Amino acid sequence: MAATIQGIGATAYSVNSDRFQLPSLRSFSESKGRFFALRSEGKVIGGSRGRNVSPLVTNAVAAKGESATASTSAKPGFNVLFLLRHEVLLFEALREGLDEEMMRDPSVCVMGEDVGHYGGSYKVTKGLAEKYGDLRVLDTPIAENSFTGMGIGAAMTGLRPVIEGMNMGFLLLAFNQISNNCGMLHYTSGGQFKIPVVIRGPGGVGRQLGAEHSQRLESYFQSIPGIQMVACSTPYNAKGLMKAAIRCENPVILFEHVLLYNLKERIPDEEYVLSLEEAEMVRPGEHVTILTYSRMRYHVMQAAKTLVNKGYDPEVIDIRSLKPFDLYTIGNSVKKTHRVLIVEECMRTGGIGASLTAAITENFHDYLDAPIVCLSSQDVPTPYAGTLEEWTVVQPAQIVTAVEQLCK
Amino acid sequence: MSCAFSAVTMAQPNPLTTNRLSTYAIKLPPFLGSTRKLRPHSLSKSLPSPSKSLRSSTSSVSDVVKELKSNLLITKEEGLELYEDMILGRAFEDMCAQMYYRGKMFGFVHLYNGQEAVSTGFIKLLKKDDCVVSTYRDHVHALSKGVTARAVMSELFGKTTGCCRGQGGSMHMFDKEHNVLGGFAFIGEGIPVATGAAFTSLYKRNVLKEAGGNTVTLAFFGDGTCNNGQFYECLNMAALWKLPIVFVVENNLWAIGMSHLRATSDPEIWKKAPAFGMPGVHVDGMDVLKVREVAKESILRARRGEGPTLVECETYRFRGHSLADPDELRDPAEKAHYAKRDPIAAMKKYMIENKLVNESELKAIEKKIDEVVEDAVEFADESPLPPRSQLLGNVFADPKGFGIAPDGTYRCEDPKFTQGTAHV
Repeated sequence: MAATIQGIGATAYSVNSDRFQLPSLRSFSESKGRFFALRSEGKVIGGSRGRNVSPLVTNAVAAKGESATASTSAKPGFNVLFLLRHEVLLFEALREGLDEEMMRDPSVCVMGEDVGHYGGSYKVTKGLAEKYGDLRVLDTPIAENSFTGMGIGAAMTGLRPVIEGMNMGFLLLAFNQISNNCGMLHYTSGGQFKIPVVIRGPGGVGRQLGAEHSQRLESYFQSIPGIQMVACSTPYNAKGLMKAAIRCENPVILFEHVLLYNLKERIPDEEYVLSLEEAEMVRPGEHVTILTYSRMRYHVMQAAKTLVNKGYDPEVIDIRSLKPFDLYTIGNSVKKTHRVLIVEECMRTGGIGASLTAAITENFHDYLDAPIVCLSSQDVPTPYAGTLEEWTVVQPAQIVTAVEQLCK
Repeated sequence: MSCAFSAVTMAQPNPLTTNRLSTYAIKLPPFLGSTRKLRPHSLSKSLPSPSKSLRSSTSSVSDVVKELKSNLLITKEEGLELYEDMILGRAFEDMCAQMYYRGKMFGFVHLYNGQEAVSTGFIKLLKKDDCVVSTYRDHVHALSKGVTARAVMSELFGKTTGCCRGQGGSMHMFDKEHNVLGGFAFIGEGIPVATGAAFTSLYKRNVLKEAGGNTVTLAFFGDGTCNNGQFYECLNMAALWKLPIVFVVENNLWAIGMSHLRATSDPEIWKKAPAFGMPGVHVDGMDVLKVREVAKESILRARRGEGPTLVECETYRFRGHSLADPDELRDPAEKAHYAKRDPIAAMKKYMIENKLVNESELKAIEKKIDEVVEDAVEFADESPLPPRSQLLGNVFADPKGFGIAPDGTYRCEDPKFTQGTAHV
């Protein structure tokens, strides 16, 4: 079944998305995305039910002189297909992902506060209510616990809801439903009911939003068995992760960040879905592995510029999958560089960094030349004052210092 | 109460063919929200009594049902079905108590003795597609819905042949085939799930346009839950979107050791429904026929797309809150009062007095149920305990969720995973 190829410049929403599954890609992209060289490792990883290592490279612009590996559906000579990209902001990328999935599967619905007529407090669902109706994009009353539970009940009976928390912090009110029902019901029912929900929302420290609107819930949710957590950081991975999360049969919590919604990037016109369990190699290097996610990726990249000027070669990995960790990508990196720095926005105590430190120590202790350094936010409720807020979160200068210390 | 709850429809018992309802084409209103008009001067007058409120009405069903003296409410077949279901519930729970004290089951076991009329009265009117959501006192709800006694008993024994493969236990009875959506340990936790199931029904009818998508959901919970936020939040949402759900309060007056009167500012729970724009009904929950009449009406209401109903069933549990509860706080006089109103005895009396059955037929049912329960115990006893390989199996619907191991394979592909010994 050939994918429909529309004219250059038009956005193509192909229907057969399965062939565009890209679970095994190792990609690195610079933030501008103009030159997007992509390598897919051709080796088969895993057993007979291993990850789908298809040689399909559908979102790459081939390096000059290299012919792009065409998807089997493209007509020969149509390499230009892969140049089709459009510029989006991150919230638009999320919306595109959501829109495509809602078109593809009528059981996908959205529920949350102000997602319908208002278009979402960060405009992620703008226009969807007009397109799909009030029932598919449901404006709920302010009752997080109950509408999250409602989403779970709907998922058990056949729908695929995307539940939005207007701010991730509000989902603390839904903790009962997320912990007890979302995570556990598949198990306690002996596998009879599945809960294919996506719980998403903006979290993280913004610009002087105050303590309660600046919470990082990934640390609170990470112990819940039965859920997956992913954090998006670029428009490209936002759309891919949104689509993957909606298609996933497990409950997935998708963490977005308030300050990243206006990031701009050129993303492919063609449909693509990313893997929920894989990490993203942002910048390969040799001297130190820097593991990060969400907004801190940008602080790390900023620090990386300084570090490169100083002669260091950091390898930056955006872990993306907060639960479970992609220990393969991380492990390969640790085996190469022997030094690890974790930069996160979570609180110091019991955060994602703490778990990651434990996981790396457990699995790769022999490969480490130095103790793992974890830079996290201070264990402080986020203050309102700008200066104080800046000091609670990890800044690029701290990252540079830490790398210098680590590499002594 | 002078204002009857849909007096016209209540006066005639519904025909027997209620179970085979044609699908009603319901058009969603263009505005998905409340259609109540704001009354600007309502505060200056005294609060309108429920009987005068425009949209909703409440009543005490016992009065209405008394009018139906001349018609028998049930046929012989229906009567036998109801009786058998209640006997099954009673015998099963009694057996649970025995098994618990013999050390065959552990943990918290909450028995339903005395409340059988509510379960039987409501659930026997449902189709297989309709959903039931319950609390930790859920054995009898599962049995009434059609889950076999064997499956429930095995689940209680923690065996792998249980309805949840032994992973749920007494408080988490789930069955996909019969649409039993649990079994929840925290009170109030199931009400949003029930609301979600009702939402799916509405969605299937209006968005997916599936034929026959008129399923109704019943949410059972107790008096203690009616002070919980989730209850009110869901009443609001259900009434707002006219979800096909019936909220059934099994008011047995006690939440472990907390009397309902000591915990609730206005103990009349059915009165709280009109505040949300839905009818509230109070019914004698020790009389299965009265419960069944109310249930018929509320389920029909939900199927027609008219929205939710709150039904408060005044009932009583003959045993303690759970098998660990010494039950010392309740007044013996109160217990005696309700023991006299045992729903099974009442049903037996009704059927014999109205010459629907004779004693021997009822005895035959009791004997049959005894055998069913004995068989269930035997089956559960002989069933195997869950092996280690079951430990990691159902954590994720898609086991890729366990992630990627350091060697690059998915953890679920590790052979030790299926044995349950993998480190995840």
